[in-house]
Amino acid sequence: MSKLQNAIVGGVRTVLGRVPASWLPGGTPDPIIQKRATLGTQQPRIDGPDKVRGAARFAAEVPMANLLHAAFVHSTVARGKIAELDVSAAEAAPGVALVMTYRNAPKMSVPPAIGITNLKAAGNHTLPVMQDAEIRWNGQAVAVILAETREQAEHAATLVRIRYNAAQSRTRFKDGKKDASTPDSILIERNRVDKGNASKKLAEAAYKIDAVYRTPWQNHNPIEPHAATIAWQDGQLIVHDATQMIHATAGSLAKVFGLKEADVFVSSPFVGGGFGAKGMWDHQILGAAAAKLAGRPVRVMLSRASMHRLVGGRTQTEQRVALGASADGKLTALLHHGYATKPRHSICDEGFSLTGRSLYASASFDIVQHHVDLDLLANSFMRAPGETPGTFAIECAMDELAHQLGMDPVELRRRNVASCDPISGAPHSQSATMTAYDLGAERIGWARRAPAPRARRDGEWLVGMGCAGGTFPFARMPGTSARITLDARGQAHVASAAHEMGMGTATVQRQHAADRLGLPLDSVSVTIGDSRLPFASFAGGSSQTASLGAAISAASGKLAAELLRLAGNDTPLAGLRASDVEFADSGLRSIDEPSRHESFASIFRRSGHKDLSVTGESGPPLEMLKFSMHSTSAIFCQLRVSEVTGEIRIDRLVGAFDCGRILNTKTATSQFKGGMIMGLGMALTEETLLDERSGRIMSTSLADYHVPVHLDVPEIDVLWTDIPDPRTPMGARGIGEIGTTGVAAAVANAVFNATGIRVRDLPITLDKLAFNQTPEKREAISPPEFP
Amino acid sequence: MTITINGSDYPVPLDSRVSLLDMLRERLGLTGTKLGCNQGACGACTVLLDGERVLSCLTLAAQAEGRDVLTIEGLQGADGSLHPLQKAFIEHDGLQCGYCTPGQICSAIAMARELRRGDPSHVTANLAAGPEGPTREEIRERMSGNLCRCGAHNGIVEAIEEMLGGEPA
Ligand code: FES
Ligand code: FES
Repeated sequence: MSKLQNAIVGGVRTVLGRVPASWLPGGTPDPIIQKRATLGTQQPRIDGPDKVRGAARFAAEVPMANLLHAAFVHSTVARGKIAELDVSAAEAAPGVALVMTYRNAPKMSVPPAIGITNLKAAGNHTLPVMQDAEIRWNGQAVAVILAETREQAEHAATLVRIRYNAAQSRTRFKDGKKDASTPDSILIERNRVDKGNASKKLAEAAYKIDAVYRTPWQNHNPIEPHAATIAWQDGQLIVHDATQMIHATAGSLAKVFGLKEADVFVSSPFVGGGFGAKGMWDHQILGAAAAKLAGRPVRVMLSRASMHRLVGGRTQTEQRVALGASADGKLTALLHHGYATKPRHSICDEGFSLTGRSLYASASFDIVQHHVDLDLLANSFMRAPGETPGTFAIECAMDELAHQLGMDPVELRRRNVASCDPISGAPHSQSATMTAYDLGAERIGWARRAPAPRARRDGEWLVGMGCAGGTFPFARMPGTSARITLDARGQAHVASAAHEMGMGTATVQRQHAADRLGLPLDSVSVTIGDSRLPFASFAGGSSQTASLGAAISAASGKLAAELLRLAGNDTPLAGLRASDVEFADSGLRSIDEPSRHESFASIFRRSGHKDLSVTGESGPPLEMLKFSMHSTSAIFCQLRVSEVTGEIRIDRLVGAFDCGRILNTKTATSQFKGGMIMGLGMALTEETLLDERSGRIMSTSLADYHVPVHLDVPEIDVLWTDIPDPRTPMGARGIGEIGTTGVAAAVANAVFNATGIRVRDLPITLDKLAFNQTPEKREAISPPEFP
Repeated sequence: MTITINGSDYPVPLDSRVSLLDMLRERLGLTGTKLGCNQGACGACTVLLDGERVLSCLTLAAQAEGRDVLTIEGLQGADGSLHPLQKAFIEHDGLQCGYCTPGQICSAIAMARELRRGDPSHVTANLAAGPEGPTREEIRERMSGNLCRCGAHNGIVEAIEEMLGGEPA
């Protein structure tokens, strides 16, 4: 991102800094915080019965006549050109209807890139899709086969013969670091922060840590593969997709194929797990192109291997964290420098360097990140992008500092926790991070932890405890809209093109609408999941609940005004304005004189209307620029490490969260746990293996890429402060990503407490701990650190 | 030359390469059984073959000839009422996106039978004596072939415990 963007964001922030908070969205706390009926209770998922029956319909399950099945052929070199291409055997194979390559693919524009200024763009990279003979990464799709059955398509894909003229490629992280670029900004933040002469303060510090932390490439690996059922009908493109970006995918496909937006229909009522991966990648574009050429509908369901070659993951990082502190533990310097792989054609910033800007009130900061341009598949956002690798580095370094100081790690955080934004000085909207620490510490029994490493043992097992903090910024997206339709029987229906991939979107917003409109829960229904519904932004950045919540809240305000208009003068509400009334008991009443009430049924009866429909929209999120708004957490872990084999067994995991109000205790608990389990995978097993010589991903199956299984997952405790954020809809901040942040550091810190061995490169696999390694032996075999 | 699926007979597909999974999903429209990896690594495609759990992606349809297949669609009562385990999954929130769910449920039903029969597992202390009962450890070990990326593991294990009537270990 650009210098211009820095200037604009900086300018708006300066202006907003002087504007009274009461003028901004969230200026007065959302009244629903005080009058909740169903919000805050535990409600089962409304789609639970369909899901346990296997009746929830996913993208690859939409029935369609005359369907063809797709398979992909992937390049085997990272750079170069297709020199020879022979598709004759594939075309002649039984059942094959089409072989599409760059030679016969239709003309298609490059998809518009995801960005904050265009919410209808979904492109994860800026490369042309199958338009020329050029190869840009190892694994790029070079041919698409359509056949009557999946078996036939996959077989024919093996018959395509290609010879490449390979060119010099850059696929080694170490080489790429030498000419890494330094962008002006990371997401919407200025990249370089230099405040208070950090290098000098570090040099002078009585206590200091200076270490390098590494996190590998990881893949989301949702259990539902990427899939789409695609048809062209009368010039319109219909895509039943698995996506967390419904409208953005529709808008992007319209651009790619030169269609009007209204002529693209995208539906995605259920997504079998997304975590950032289920956006728009080449498979939807190629599936639509092939369907157009073949003149028949197409089903795409990527194999695990194709998923790894076409859908990007969380990128590799290498981060130096240096902390300086005085004897009382106060941070005098925080330096966070490092590298993330981001190919030039890639859109997503892995903003690990944002983490250290919000957590601690250091006296000085020096923060910058560099991007390594390699010839690889574009990287992508994966659950809690930026903060997940960022908290691993910062929170391990804090643990190392606590050890050096001989101070309890929780106490070290208490002495440094920020009371406002440490860089800009912006006030917190709400923050109670240390309350979360205290809750978590009590639950796990932190007082029992032995401060010295390698002090507790149980047979061959070394026992340890560790903690770490997590953080993720609040986000509310503008433009997300919701339509409320209220009928004469007092039934409300909410509609929006929002997404369900396991968060319980419809379940929670039904609670919200019921409370907002003063209706019982069973008088409200919610429809989400396709592009004919009112616009909704993507489900990402933990923003959907706040965005949709703001839209429903805005719509309810319009609804009140419309109802007053219908009510006319012959009503107990006569003379009141929308701001004078509130929804209650299936009707409207005066805020000041609650006895002035009229039911919806009565208003509709008198006016003769059958129903009323209004649409509200989430406005510009100015509160995000005025306040420092973050969900935070404290993660505690107790584990054992076998001295012989190096195996790690997680015995307990506790997450205490400060995320504003919790809206549905049942689904929120699950979402927190899910995030934490992804953090466990990051800590212990997950790593996408890249052959750096060829740029080829080697771990392209679930047998090679290890996600946590039942036996890896202990009973997890989840706690929350439940303090409302007065600046957000419903008093809630995001909970989808925060669970993952901090977990890997808590595990690494517990491993250090158990063994005395500090592992700074993830994942913490057995080889890093096995065979009676002691801290001294381990240091001796460690690779040399940062150049 | 038929396969009995949820009580009805279907002809064995002529193409001998067709997996039981593809037969169910693509030919019969029984899409409750999920495809997660198509290579035996995720468990999403688990169905019961003569009461034992199998990965339908690694089972040829032809192997099921003359045998009884039970899928998630066959689990509910004739009146559409949910199986007790299905209810327990909702109650304990043993699901998020719901994609691994049918496989988890089918797998757990067969696993209960393995436990009752006394089949030992990797975590069984005494192989000859068999499992000590439906402990959490035994359930976790035996369900480890069913991946869940949403992280519904705790709820899944609690739901299975409820079905088995076991006390939390
Ligand atoms: S689809 Fe059969 S095990 Fe994954
Ligand atoms: S509920 Fe989504 S994979 Fe298990």
